[in-house]
Amino acid sequence: MKYLSEYRDPEVVAQYIQEIHKITTRPWKIMEVCGGQTHSLVKNGLLNLLPEAIQMIHGPGCPVCVTPLHLIDKAVHLAIERQVILCSFGDMLRVPGSQKSLLEAKALGADVRILYSPLEAVKLAQENPDKEVVFFAVGFETTAPANALSVLHAQRAGLRNYSILTSHVLVPPAMEAVIQDETSTIQGFLAAGHVCTIMGTFEYAPLVEKYNIPVVVTGFEPVDLLQGIYMVIKQLESGVNLLENQYSRYVKPEGNLQARQVIEEVFEVCDREWRGIGTIPQSGYVLKPALATYDANLKFDIQLEHAAESQECIAGLVLKGVKKPHQCSQFGKKCTPLTPLGAPMVSSEGACAAYYHFSQISEVVA
Amino acid sequence: MTNLAIQLQCPLPQLDFDIITLGHGSGGLLTNQLLEKGVFKILSNDLLDQHHDGAIFELNGKTAFTTDSFVISPIFFPHSNIGELAVNGTVNDLAMCGAMPKYLSLSFILEEGLRMEEFWEVLLAIRVACQKAGVQVVTGDTKVVEKGKGDKIFINTTGIGLVHPQAQTGLQRVQAGDVVFVSGLVASHGIAIMSMREGLQFETDLQSDTQPLHLAVKALLDQFGSAIHLLKDPTRGGLAAVLNEIARDTGLGIELWQKNIPIAEQVESACEILGLDPLYVANEGIFLCMVAADVADAFEQALRALPEGRQARRIGQVVQAHPKQVVLQSAIGGKRVVNMPIGEQLPRIC
Repeated sequence: MKYLSEYRDPEVVAQYIQEIHKITTRPWKIMEVCGGQTHSLVKNGLLNLLPEAIQMIHGPGCPVCVTPLHLIDKAVHLAIERQVILCSFGDMLRVPGSQKSLLEAKALGADVRILYSPLEAVKLAQENPDKEVVFFAVGFETTAPANALSVLHAQRAGLRNYSILTSHVLVPPAMEAVIQDETSTIQGFLAAGHVCTIMGTFEYAPLVEKYNIPVVVTGFEPVDLLQGIYMVIKQLESGVNLLENQYSRYVKPEGNLQARQVIEEVFEVCDREWRGIGTIPQSGYVLKPALATYDANLKFDIQLEHAAESQECIAGLVLKGVKKPHQCSQFGKKCTPLTPLGAPMVSSEGACAAYYHFSQISEVVA
Repeated sequence: MTNLAIQLQCPLPQLDFDIITLGHGSGGLLTNQLLEKGVFKILSNDLLDQHHDGAIFELNGKTAFTTDSFVISPIFFPHSNIGELAVNGTVNDLAMCGAMPKYLSLSFILEEGLRMEEFWEVLLAIRVACQKAGVQVVTGDTKVVEKGKGDKIFINTTGIGLVHPQAQTGLQRVQAGDVVFVSGLVASHGIAIMSMREGLQFETDLQSDTQPLHLAVKALLDQFGSAIHLLKDPTRGGLAAVLNEIARDTGLGIELWQKNIPIAEQVESACEILGLDPLYVANEGIFLCMVAADVADAFEQALRALPEGRQARRIGQVVQAHPKQVVLQSAIGGKRVVNMPIGEQLPRIC
């Protein structure tokens, strides 16, 4: 557990908490962009150790949560009606579509597989030449390189029965959309460490400059998060707006050049719909036209009605940081991880599920 | 792998088929052949040898009775297989009742096409596990289902055992102040199984910790008797599920201390990589016990002196506060509620 245990050291945590209390003179609202960070803040009980003046706002960085309803419906349709082998990362399976989740499709006999890597899906396509294999390519920049690589591998192997159902989203445009939202009150950002490991930090400089807002690229362990929060508060208290890198043990300014090259080879940037938020321009990836044969959206002509979201779910407001999960009237009542109304209650990175699973003792629903 | 010495002594018998067919469950000649040359021979004992419809025996004293079904996939996993699990699982359920296992029933549902040598290896593992645990299979059944209607082999075992005269365990005996112990490393079994499943290859050699626990339970009951308030094996759903059940059913709170929960480093790392919480991962060869506070120190010493309890730790206590909730004190000083697991744990995207 080296490189993890050092960042969970109770003494170092206590020191950072003390320092944060020392430098905080005013209330500040800071958004942690990534759902993994939200999960860690809540799981480790960090929120109640911070000064009351510091409000953490949980950002839209949960890929499962922002995958549009109609794409989940498409995945379910492909699995049940078209009888493809539908491969997905695990936490996508429980997300409710308008009719069914992939887990329910599986229970009904559809061939739905949980994989850890899209390259396993390519292998499945090789082993099952008479079946279509579709990988549900969900995620931020973090999962894009592996998903891109799977397409290149399929192409190299001359496979005609492999395709990906893409729902790739990008972090910087989402951060800009959050800043521009009229209800937004965010004063500083913890940018997502994993995304920056791939993409580098340079993409965030224009945001800092344009909107005069501090951005600190931050990791996921307790010490990482507290150090990131400390760095943002320090900037805010001294009135400067800089791009800083707390997660420098993994994140280089230019990112991972090999991974970026694979992404560029396979994907191009497109407008993308975010569940609960709406369409954000230039905020996603789509396969390049030359690779269109690997695009499940084009390969399978699927005409499904766009189903409406649950009226009671405030996922959009939660994802933009306007509301906290427990401020939803259905939180822990109609909406639980067993009967989710919206995606943030499903994914382990979703703010609602994080609150439900790890919430403060007094806040827990009996 | 089962005990190699026994395997060499018990080569696969000459049967007319090298796979299980529907005929092996028909009740006719093939069934007979499978039983006579296989099951009966391997598991032979006085009661089973009578080949009767059921076993007839006498038991004197308070008796515990339990059943469990085993549908694990894959059926073979590092250093063990479904056969050993089927014996130990039921033996341990009896042990958690404070009972010493005596007799088992054994039912197979085999899928057509199962290779005979695989069935043989499972049978041998059952025999070894029975010998280790000191129990006898005295009755059983074998059915075969069509290819695709099962998953190689399903096993049900039912067990009966005599309750230790000093045992007074039960939910009604749990009280605030009780100390919570776990007898060994958590999450080892679940992670070992997961490491075998499609696409997951860890470099380290993770093993299931399946083992019979009744001898450890007997030693502890001999010494501490009614001061042991509850025994539970945290199998499916892990520590989180069992502790939540106890909190819910007793109306008491349970406080857990994360830094005391014993976990092998490689298991912890695997959980990190897979995005799983070890509190929710299945265990096999460990048990939880709730013990009166005044004997806790002596109990800890005694438990740790047992081979099954070398890694035992005091992981928490029963409290009046936060009724029906399990609250974890995180290693860094925060607190959080540990909820009942919801369905299976699903691995995270990133």
